[in-house]
Amino acid sequence: MLHTSSARKLGGNQSDGVESAPMPQRIRIGRGFEDNEKKISTKRLKDVEICIPIVYGTISFWLGRKANESQSHKWTVYVRGATNEDLGVVIKRAVFQLHPSFNNPTRVIESPPFELSECGWGEFEIAITLYFHDDVCDRQLDLFHHLKLYAEDESGPQSTKKPVVVESYNEIVFPDPSEGFFARVQNHPAVIVPRLPASFNLPSPVVIENVNEWKRGDTKDHHLSQWFLNFSEADELLKLATARQQVRMTLSLSLFY
Amino acid sequence: MDAKDILGLPKTPFSLTQEKKSRPQKDSQRKPDGISREVYALTGGLAPLMPSLDISQLKRPPPSDEKITWQWLPFTNSARKDNLQLYHWVRIVNGVPPTGDYSFAKYNKSVGIVKYTDEEYEKYLTDPMWTKEETDQLFDLCERFDLRFVVIADRFPSSRTVEELKNRYYSVSRDILVARAPSSGDVSGHPLVKDPYNFSQEIERKRALSMVLSQTKQQERKDAEVLAEAKKITESRMAARAAEESELPVTSNVGPENTEKANVPDETASPSSNAQLPSAIIAPPTLMADTAATMASLRMLRVYLRTYALEQMVQAASSTAGLRTIKRVEQTLQDLGVNLKPRVPTKAVCAEHLELRKEILTLLNLQKQLQYKEAEGSSYRENSYAETPSTPKRPHRVGDLDRTFIPDSISFGGNILGDNGHLVMASHSLPTCFLFSISISISISISISILWMSWPPSSVPINCLSNWDFRG
Repeated sequence: MLHTSSARKLGGNQSDGVESAPMPQRIRIGRGFEDNEKKISTKRLKDVEICIPIVYGTISFWLGRKANESQSHKWTVYVRGATNEDLGVVIKRAVFQLHPSFNNPTRVIESPPFELSECGWGEFEIAITLYFHDDVCDRQLDLFHHLKLYAEDESGPQSTKKPVVVESYNEIVFPDPSEGFFARVQNHPAVIVPRLPASFNLPSPVVIENVNEWKRGDTKDHHLSQWFLNFSEADELLKLATARQQVRMTLSLSLFY
Repeated sequence: MDAKDILGLPKTPFSLTQEKKSRPQKDSQRKPDGISREVYALTGGLAPLMPSLDISQLKRPPPSDEKITWQWLPFTNSARKDNLQLYHWVRIVNGVPPTGDYSFAKYNKSVGIVKYTDEEYEKYLTDPMWTKEETDQLFDLCERFDLRFVVIADRFPSSRTVEELKNRYYSVSRDILVARAPSSGDVSGHPLVKDPYNFSQEIERKRALSMVLSQTKQQERKDAEVLAEAKKITESRMAARAAEESELPVTSNVGPENTEKANVPDETASPSSNAQLPSAIIAPPTLMADTAATMASLRMLRVYLRTYALEQMVQAASSTAGLRTIKRVEQTLQDLGVNLKPRVPTKAVCAEHLELRKEILTLLNLQKQLQYKEAEGSSYRENSYAETPSTPKRPHRVGDLDRTFIPDSISFGGNILGDNGHLVMASHSLPTCFLFSISISISISISISILWMSWPPSSVPINCLSNWDFRG
């Protein structure tokens, strides 16, 4: 089995986000409209934004001895909360659009955890469309992720124990959320909500029923959770602060030299 | 050619081969059919859209079955009223002379002037400004001269302006038409009735036209400038209005922007009234406008990703910069060890990233400004070395700064010169160059201090401030 990832790229011409070329990441904001137009509370909160930190990506395992020409890897694509909390409070369903060579390439996941596992041999771009609950947003959101089966360094042999993990951190931002939505999620751990002044009277929250009562929506004890990457903003902030400091030093030094 | 031989350069072989290549192409393109090459070239090398002549006909010999002779025959012109008989050559085909009127008679067209009777005049057409005699004369002249009012005005016995004559003629014709029409609906479509002659408007129009025609070149240029500025102003107003309309409520978002904008101009006003600040200072207000517009557009989206928002803000912030500057910003980011796209794009991280980009942009702009000023300063120095030391030439731009900064500059001016190797000048350096270089550094340092003032003061490193107190 050849290791060259270039020979294995299917369809997806998307460049990785790691490249230095400043191509804007292909994240389109979809304009799909839900058929259900019932809004629980249509009043919107101005200058408030609700933010959902998410991580989405793929984990792929080499099948080792059980691999054959058409199925060499078993991979899982998922969208999870950044702190592994349940995203079902905001996301109604997730649609994963796979390569057309798959059976039923449009896979719909109706309940959290929003993930999909498959077996295959090729790398391609997966389009993930998130649909939100009616009181959250009537527009869909599109994400794109390139499925990686082969590790960056092609030096060692593949192992069935160590998967290839590619995850991206991002935050879904809802500017001017509706009051009902705000009330419903203001205490949920998956959601970052700004503190409102005490004078605000929010309507009593309407609970969205969880379709699968027996299935856990969060990914805290997920079977793949050991491979999840850590995204800490502290490192990034520190790097940025030092960079800014350096820039200001350069500014002053270059002129007073 | 000899020079090229001497230098040993090739005698432009590329152009020769190009000519050879292009010539056969041109010939095949330009091959005309039926007309000679020179004649075709007269048309500019391009064939006309609608060929007026059938080219195939030109080369055809005349049909041989017809016998053509030419005869000198008399003719009459039906357009003439006096039955004058003249002679001309006539082409006879097979002994049969051509029939029909003189071929040019059909071009004798004239305007259909309405003719009124005296009763009609009494009934409809009397006018206090015009006598019947004058009106009759006018109409007679109109008929004779086919409504060429300039000629008519010239020939008119009493002096009347062209507009007056036109007015009288058209109003009379209109009234006659309306009076003669069986019902008003019939004539309402007639152009005389539909678009009446507007006397005052015509006078105004002609006056304006003559004014435009007699404008001098400077006036024309000034008018063009004013129009361009007006266009810019209206466009910016439209943009501002569009940005306002896209924001749902204008108040809260614009409030903090305005206060930030107010801070920057205040601080720039206080230290120097006349100083020319580098354009980097003017950049912040326009940057604010851009970011406000971007934020408004983001709010319209109802849901978006943080990375998308960051991209839009970065684009807005670097909208004034060219592609090369953007590349340099990214190079600087990489040198500093910062990812071009943050790995953990939280709200705080994205804000910091954006600020860092803006600061790098400012740094690069100021560096560029400094380079320009140094280049200009060096060119001034070279110019002034040519002059005698007793007559220092003061560049105009320096004048303002000198007046405001001379007392301060002298106190630490000497040290700057001493410390900075590249600013030390030759022994016969002129006071103007001295002050000019001081003014460069002063102006840029003022701008830096203003930038620092707008940043959170706690983050300003203390050790940098020591540069301010010069020894001595």
